[in-house]
Amino acid sequence: MENAGHAPQILTAKAAGLVGCVQCGRVHRPGVMVCDRCGAAIASRDTTSVQRVWAWLFAGLVVYVPANIYPMLRTTVLGKTSESTIFGGVVDLMHHGSYGIAAIVFFASIIIPCSKFAAIAFLALSVQRKVRMSAGARHKLYEVVEFVGRWSMIDVFVVAILASLVQLDFAASINPGIAAVSFAVSVAFTMISAESFDSRLIWDADEDEHHG
Amino acid sequence: MAQLPALDELIACPSCDALYLERDVAPGETASCLRCHAVLEAPRRTAMTRIIMLALAAIILMVAAIFFPFLELEVAGRAHRASLLDTVRAFSSGLTAPLTVAMAALIVILPLTRFGAIIYTLAPMAFGNHPWPHAQSAFRMAEALRPWAMAEVFIVGVAVALVKVAGLAHLSLGPAFWAFVGLVIVTVLKDNFMSRLTVWKTLDTRRKF
Repeated sequence: MENAGHAPQILTAKAAGLVGCVQCGRVHRPGVMVCDRCGAAIASRDTTSVQRVWAWLFAGLVVYVPANIYPMLRTTVLGKTSESTIFGGVVDLMHHGSYGIAAIVFFASIIIPCSKFAAIAFLALSVQRKVRMSAGARHKLYEVVEFVGRWSMIDVFVVAILASLVQLDFAASINPGIAAVSFAVSVAFTMISAESFDSRLIWDADEDEHHG
Repeated sequence: MAQLPALDELIACPSCDALYLERDVAPGETASCLRCHAVLEAPRRTAMTRIIMLALAAIILMVAAIFFPFLELEVAGRAHRASLLDTVRAFSSGLTAPLTVAMAALIVILPLTRFGAIIYTLAPMAFGNHPWPHAQSAFRMAEALRPWAMAEVFIVGVAVALVKVAGLAHLSLGPAFWAFVGLVIVTVLKDNFMSRLTVWKTLDTRRKF
């Protein structure tokens, strides 16, 4: 496929006075509200996108705090109950010598959510302000954020599996803590935040720069 | 750019809005965006039949995963067996109850809905007929659900949980576990075969002829 503009620079649908559908790629004249190929709502640029990104991101951040403070797991062994937070669980795993698994949990529940908050905030800022990172690199970053987001749910699933499996009455039982809920909600909110982002905005800012 | 071709001959990259002349992409070839490298079209020979078969296989495997025992834990001669539904119900008591709904949705309901919607969209076309009514809504829903169907995330969670418990007790994997592993492989294969823009194009042309 070749670029329709035949110019050294890429011609966008917006620059050509047209509107592209983000669902199916079909091109429309401006003013069309619904795509006739796929039925998705279309807009040249989603103008409320950045606002929604910030709103969901803050919501995700807020619920991430209790997720780390409150216990994720309540373990009862021979009548004695102990509670562990997300970070506590990682430390426990390391004490047991399972470094590989500790690393997976640490990455999925702490590193990935935190870097996701930072990356989404950076991307949202980058369409409003000038940044040094090239549009290509930022697009790659966005793809990574989108891909990686759902994997943070691992810890919630681990808690569910442990809680359903380890129910041996008095000997040992594991029950989920309230942090599991806020963690799951936090992951969902950040996923919605990333999805609200209109990746075409990354390239718009870049173009404005080239044109003057 | 005074003379732009007709709208039907154009295609805009859904990720970055770059405008391209629509070309017929040969089966087996992949057209991607020059600027952001997103895959635009990737038609594959017999892809439609393969996707339907894989989605059907996934549904069968999911049913197996629900009804067979998933994992079995044995400590000092006492066994505890958990099915996939037990895992979903793990949060059902106390304050964590709302998570039960979310778990059921993420692991079972949303993946099943996606497979169903994909079959609904593609099956009539694979037999050379017109798409069924609302095929577009069905496929749009299938695409919107893609990040929320978390079967493969769940299976990694199972692996982590297994290692956590392995030290405490003897653990055995039930048939449902293997059904679920199969389900994940089939899902990944199916999503790799499917190119969103190609499906939309096919739907569009089949609707008109």
